[in-house]
Amino acid sequence: MKYRIKFSKYGSIIFIGHLDMMRYFQKAIRRAEIPIAYSTGFSPHQIMSFAAPLGVGLYSNGEYLDIELTQEVSTADMKEALNRTMAEGVEILSVKALPKNAENAMASVAAAGYFIQIRKGHEADLVFGEGFDDFMAQSSIPYEKETKKSRKLLDLKEGIYDYEVKEDGIYLLVNASSSGNIKPGMIMEAYYAYLGRKPSEFDFVVTREETYTKNEDGQFISLDEVGKDI
Amino acid sequence: MRKLALTDEILLKIDKPARYIGGEVNSIMKDRERVDIRFAMCFPDVYEIGMSHLGIQIIYDMLNKFEDVWCERVYSPWMDLDEIMRKEQIPLFALESQDPVKDFDFLGITLQYEMCYTNILQVLDLSGIPFFAKERTWEDAVVIGGGPCVYNPEPVAPFFDLFYIGEGETMYRQLFDLYKTCRKTGKSRKEFLMEAGKLPGIYAPEFYETTYHDDGTIATFYPVIPELPRKIMKEMVRDLSDTYYPEKPVVPFIRVTQDRVVLEIQRGCIRGCRFCQAGQLYRPVRERSLEFLKEYAVKMLKATGHEEISLSSLSSSDFSKLPEFIDYLIEECRKRHVNISLPSLRIDAFSLDVMSKVQDVKKSSLTFAPEAGTQRMRNVINKGLTEEVILNGAKLAFEGGWNKVKLYFMLGLPTETDEDARGIALLANEIAKLYYETVPKEKRNGKVQITASTSFFIPKPFTPFQWAPMCTREQFLDKAHTVKTAVLEQLNKKSIKYNWHEADASVLEGILARGDRKIADVIYMAYKKGCIYDAWGEYYKHDVWMECFEACGLSMDFYTTRERSLDEIFPWDFIDCGVTKEFLKREWQRALREEVTPNCKMACQGCGAARFGTGICYEERS
Repeated sequence: MKYRIKFSKYGSIIFIGHLDMMRYFQKAIRRAEIPIAYSTGFSPHQIMSFAAPLGVGLYSNGEYLDIELTQEVSTADMKEALNRTMAEGVEILSVKALPKNAENAMASVAAAGYFIQIRKGHEADLVFGEGFDDFMAQSSIPYEKETKKSRKLLDLKEGIYDYEVKEDGIYLLVNASSSGNIKPGMIMEAYYAYLGRKPSEFDFVVTREETYTKNEDGQFISLDEVGKDI
Repeated sequence: MRKLALTDEILLKIDKPARYIGGEVNSIMKDRERVDIRFAMCFPDVYEIGMSHLGIQIIYDMLNKFEDVWCERVYSPWMDLDEIMRKEQIPLFALESQDPVKDFDFLGITLQYEMCYTNILQVLDLSGIPFFAKERTWEDAVVIGGGPCVYNPEPVAPFFDLFYIGEGETMYRQLFDLYKTCRKTGKSRKEFLMEAGKLPGIYAPEFYETTYHDDGTIATFYPVIPELPRKIMKEMVRDLSDTYYPEKPVVPFIRVTQDRVVLEIQRGCIRGCRFCQAGQLYRPVRERSLEFLKEYAVKMLKATGHEEISLSSLSSSDFSKLPEFIDYLIEECRKRHVNISLPSLRIDAFSLDVMSKVQDVKKSSLTFAPEAGTQRMRNVINKGLTEEVILNGAKLAFEGGWNKVKLYFMLGLPTETDEDARGIALLANEIAKLYYETVPKEKRNGKVQITASTSFFIPKPFTPFQWAPMCTREQFLDKAHTVKTAVLEQLNKKSIKYNWHEADASVLEGILARGDRKIADVIYMAYKKGCIYDAWGEYYKHDVWMECFEACGLSMDFYTTRERSLDEIFPWDFIDCGVTKEFLKREWQRALREEVTPNCKMACQGCGAARFGTGICYEERS
């Protein structure tokens, strides 16, 4: 039986990195006494996979992990049992049972929604969001991605599926698939460059609002819409 | 939600911000307005080390069971944050409330090893608490030290208001009651410290004075106030199955050194190895009951979700109910997919059988601690492990599929000769040879891998070797060279890897271990000159320490290479750890005569610990 767990990260938990979040959930699942399946061998590990790693310092309202259980458990019970043992800053938002043929969390990620705000004390003289429509109206948004080995020229525009300039920040829906993942920081860098500016390291507070997959009709649906309550 | 002491920007800039945010599962939050006493419990090293320490977990749990007390944790900020806190003048804070340590009633600091002494000053400095106890007022937390190093507190005495000598479970309640009464009745800080000094196990250093002979040794050591005890007896738990133990240890977010449930099965050791301080300090051996251990093993696994449980003791093989407890544990852990780790097991048929059940033989290695290379030397240190026992154990293990062996030795032991040093290489070679004789070619999984490691022997207080001269740095390195050369002469040299410790830090550890109050000035000066995290090789500044000894007019040799006479008054003689100086003297003389002393299970040696009226001293002997 496969289950998908949705959780949020807020408060001081944003400083816990992806690998430590995995360890955190392994222990939480033991504490909650969820009948998780284990791999075989001398050091068996829990069968668990995360949808998309979240960088240190990012908030989220839409993180996902899949687990496999050895027996059927009510999704409401599991949610409650997990929430009873969560540290402050992590909340289980939903637990869904997945259909047998469901793609695993990581492979099914297509897009992610982010909300970007200016960090307090970093406002400068800019009205955040100013000129963003013009920035988005460009025919292409070139971005040079530097990795340890190489430099690659990307067109960010292809990967920005939707956006909205709000009063207190900018919402972005972007490609988050393994082939074309776009980090919100890349877009902010390009946006600032468009304005003739350069952002400093800690200018933005980023919240991942949701992680999406595509349904058969090619529409974005949140990852937990794939499953159901049992 | 809790407000953090550090800004997001700082936390995002530094390495491992999870060290500083608290909020871990099972950490204790209380309402600061509804407690009388706020206690900051500090392990003066980085979070991952401090969080791995069982003693602190026991005290943390116990103090928080007191309704009127809130105990929080404090660790040394790592170098990156240390720099930022100094620059931005951010006061050191406790993890739970994130409140400044300075505002607490108590700052408890555990002294687990001598090389953390400059970190004590770091903690005081960043907290904004005056370094020297005599400069503190009621505005400052009462600084109290505990842990094994307080069995010679003198080198750090001026930095502490109080020391708690012995096991932490017994005396805090009385100390807190006294504190509350003193505060309520408007007593001065000095009056409180003096009253505290009358409690069993509590040492108030500012009320004690030392006079010295011309040669620098101690002439007298006495309390300046007659009501205070001349001798302070260690505190000790009589019944380890009826005392505090954490059911819900704090679960760190990041991987710490001990990322597992730690269950202490017994305290103390019957063996009486003459180099070992713990073996004397924790006498008499006291076991926890099987019921207690079974109950706590399950409770702790449930409450933490850890994937591993480790049994802790100085010598697990000597625990009388080990087979029964291990059977229970294997069963429980199999159900829960939990690994079992069993350090400090003697290698024999029983332990190999257990290990083959709980570990992957191919990946694990066997550990032997012969501590010395020849039987003569092992007799001197009273390590009752013979070459025959080692080889029998190794043979069984090789037959069981193991092919990695770790050997631990000490160099620079009293009376050690070149032959003893070379014996290390010979023993390693014998074990390698045995592998090739025991395991036929077709069954071998590659070469046997033997790793021999030596550390340098440092004489410690309250051991029979407290009178012994310590080697110089050059002597240490010569000895390591002798071993290395001998390893290269062995037939099986390709199967043997030899590691040795760095010698400079050992010299300083030796000084701090047997130092007197005069050393405090050196520690202070070294800290002021930037020494901190001395236990971390990369930060240890030997040259600076040497300069400081010179500037303070103190000879390092006085503390290390000098042989002490039998009637010398030691800085720690005012502490009574249960074991008498007469017994230690007897053991020192037996060591020089290469005589082995039977262990506590075989026959009582009259060490003095029987007066506690508990433990092995009152059990039937086999």
